[in-house]
Amino acid sequence: MSAFWNWYIVLFVAANVVGIVWLLLATARRKRGDIEQATTGHVWDEDLQELNNPLPLWWLGLFLISVVFSGCYLAFYPGLGANAGVLGWTSDKEVAADLADNNRKLEAVFARFRDQPIEHLEHDQQALTLGHNVFVNNCAACHGSDARGAKGYPNLTDNDWLYGGAPDTVVATIAKGRNGVMPPWGPVLGDQGVEEVANYVLMLSGQKADATLAAAGKARFATTCVACHGPEGKGNPALGAPNLTDNIWLYGNTLEEIKATIKNGRNGRMPAWENVLGADRVRLAAVWVLAQAPHVETSSAPVAAAAPAAPAGEAKQP
Amino acid sequence: METLQTYNDKVVRQFTVATILWGIVGMAVGAFIAAQLAWPALNFDIPYLTYSRLRPLHTNAVIFAFGGCALMATAFYVVQRTCQVRLFSDKLAAFVFWGWQLVIVSAAITLPLGITQGKEYAELEWPIDLLIAVVWVAFGIVFFGTIVKRRVKHIYVANWFYGAFIITVAVLHIVNNLAIPVSLWKSYPIYSGAVDAMVQWWYGHNAVGFFLTAGFLGMMYYYVPKQAQRPVYSYRLSVVHFWALISVYMWAGPHHLQYTALPDWAQSLGMVFSLILLAPSWGGMINGMMTLSGAWHKLRTDPILKFMIVALSFYGMSTFEGPMMSIKTVNSLSHYTDWTIGHVHAGALGWVAFISIGSLYCMIPRLLNLPAMYSTRAIDLHFWIATIGVVVYIASMWIAGVMQGLMWRATNTDGTLTYTFVESLAQTYPYYVTRLVGGLLVLSGMFIMAWNVAKTWAMARQPAAVPIPIAVAA
Repeated sequence: MSAFWNWYIVLFVAANVVGIVWLLLATARRKRGDIEQATTGHVWDEDLQELNNPLPLWWLGLFLISVVFSGCYLAFYPGLGANAGVLGWTSDKEVAADLADNNRKLEAVFARFRDQPIEHLEHDQQALTLGHNVFVNNCAACHGSDARGAKGYPNLTDNDWLYGGAPDTVVATIAKGRNGVMPPWGPVLGDQGVEEVANYVLMLSGQKADATLAAAGKARFATTCVACHGPEGKGNPALGAPNLTDNIWLYGNTLEEIKATIKNGRNGRMPAWENVLGADRVRLAAVWVLAQAPHVETSSAPVAAAAPAAPAGEAKQP
Repeated sequence: METLQTYNDKVVRQFTVATILWGIVGMAVGAFIAAQLAWPALNFDIPYLTYSRLRPLHTNAVIFAFGGCALMATAFYVVQRTCQVRLFSDKLAAFVFWGWQLVIVSAAITLPLGITQGKEYAELEWPIDLLIAVVWVAFGIVFFGTIVKRRVKHIYVANWFYGAFIITVAVLHIVNNLAIPVSLWKSYPIYSGAVDAMVQWWYGHNAVGFFLTAGFLGMMYYYVPKQAQRPVYSYRLSVVHFWALISVYMWAGPHHLQYTALPDWAQSLGMVFSLILLAPSWGGMINGMMTLSGAWHKLRTDPILKFMIVALSFYGMSTFEGPMMSIKTVNSLSHYTDWTIGHVHAGALGWVAFISIGSLYCMIPRLLNLPAMYSTRAIDLHFWIATIGVVVYIASMWIAGVMQGLMWRATNTDGTLTYTFVESLAQTYPYYVTRLVGGLLVLSGMFIMAWNVAKTWAMARQPAAVPIPIAVAA
């Protein structure tokens, strides 16, 4: 704050406060002529008059106390321009102190989980409780408080993983985030092409489809979609490309929804939580999430790289 | 020279009818969005009926349409009576009336369409803002023109407050709405970041201080002594609390931005000046209440005085509550909760609406040359329904607000929140329903008033122009 603005603030505050206190004291002085119930002698609109009773003493006291309190407050805390106040308090310092204090307490809570593998922690009741707290605070907004997800937000309880379900992979997904991109194929395929590929995808997952269209779609699939979803449509967890054969869907399984996905593409974004939650909470969230999925051992499944923004991901599933 | 011999009560009557009409509309929208908070499906998936668009419609309708028309009706009535002279210009007064109605109708169209500046209580876009500025300046010219040509020497205290209200609202409105238009219905403010926030809440809190306080104190200073048939308690108290109120209010805005990016010094000043504001606010309450001393027995029989005394009580209560909520530690609990909504309605319903309703009941028979309203019992019924409604409303929002504040700040040992937001919402549900009941009570009171006013109007076939008394005192 420049010297000009400092004095600008100080002088206006002082002028205002001194002004009203002066007015208050000048008006409070009881003159000898003060007779209660005497009017000022003015009359408006035939019968409107004013008495001139002295200021109630309790009100005068209340006013002065509030001014004195305010003066003290401004002596102790910042307020009068650049004056920092006797206590040297700032909101930044208060936040820093609160944070340090909290982190000290949290250190005691989190320390014992650090050396234990996630597989062990899945059986640790305290770890599960803490992980659940993290989840409902931060993850439930998209994935639901029961972790079953919603359209566009993967169900985390079905043991079907877009990027792989190994503990380290889930930790990486939470920490670094993911960006599942299904490109828009409408311009490439045309409306007819979209219709055909959609029918083929329906057929892949064992749903009712138009056989003629599906057959035409199969050829298009082999040139356009195969790079990410694989020749059999089983997807690729390294890219987050969903398995299209398991009838688990992220953006819906109807012909219309699948067509929309192929034509316009999808852009699924899991934010990176590392900087928000810190490593301890990220791991505990992963513990709780993994405990929700039925335990078919998935540790042998291919593991995606931790790098975010991997392309692919589509009309499909968690 | 008829214009020199009678008061211009036509514009007062027009504004009076508009006050009641917009009061019903604004409060009905309020009740509707209160119901939406309990049953969100009530927006019927129609964008024009969503809470986000109707909420500003509600606030604008009750503050600027209901409150604004009440202030303009009474300001024009009071300034003529206390200056003992006809309004400065009949044509300009008519322009103020029709211009203000055009502003209101424009707001009622553009806000549901989603056209907004996104500034609370200053949502209207720049073309409407320009119209407001023109109408407001015309309002000022009529008011101060009348003061200038007054036939009494002293300016009555009610006019100080009306005058401060008119001048300050003009300044607030113009400064806060300085914006660069990019199209007919879109503009961007010339301020940015924390400065924009500070200007907005300098405006926002002084809208409370000057629109909803100073203006209605002007109303109070005329109609309370008039109805009680008692002199104002203390002239010198008027002087002190007037100057203290209008100077100190100017600083209080930052208390809306405690614990934000606003610099610490500004937050502190917002808090201490809010505390200093307590006594000047109570000065007005004392002056109004003590005016009744020696006439307390009239409260038994006169429901109009009941409206006024309860208005002053709510004024005293909410001007105590306000400074308390501006204290940083209290604010950290109360801010963003429904406590704030309760506080606002203690002021807006308990004080603003009650003093307006009392003043209108006092004024309407005089406007129509009748001895009294059609039904005094209906006024009494209105009083009790409205009082119970306001108390139910405020109490439910207090409980809900404190509960929300406590739930939101509760943390587990691991630093996570004990309750998710939706849990606090579920706990608030019964209070939302209770609040709606309170609001519906207040609204039904307005229908009783409309019926009573219509009946009164029917009694007066031909409202006679009121001649200006020759004898000039003061």
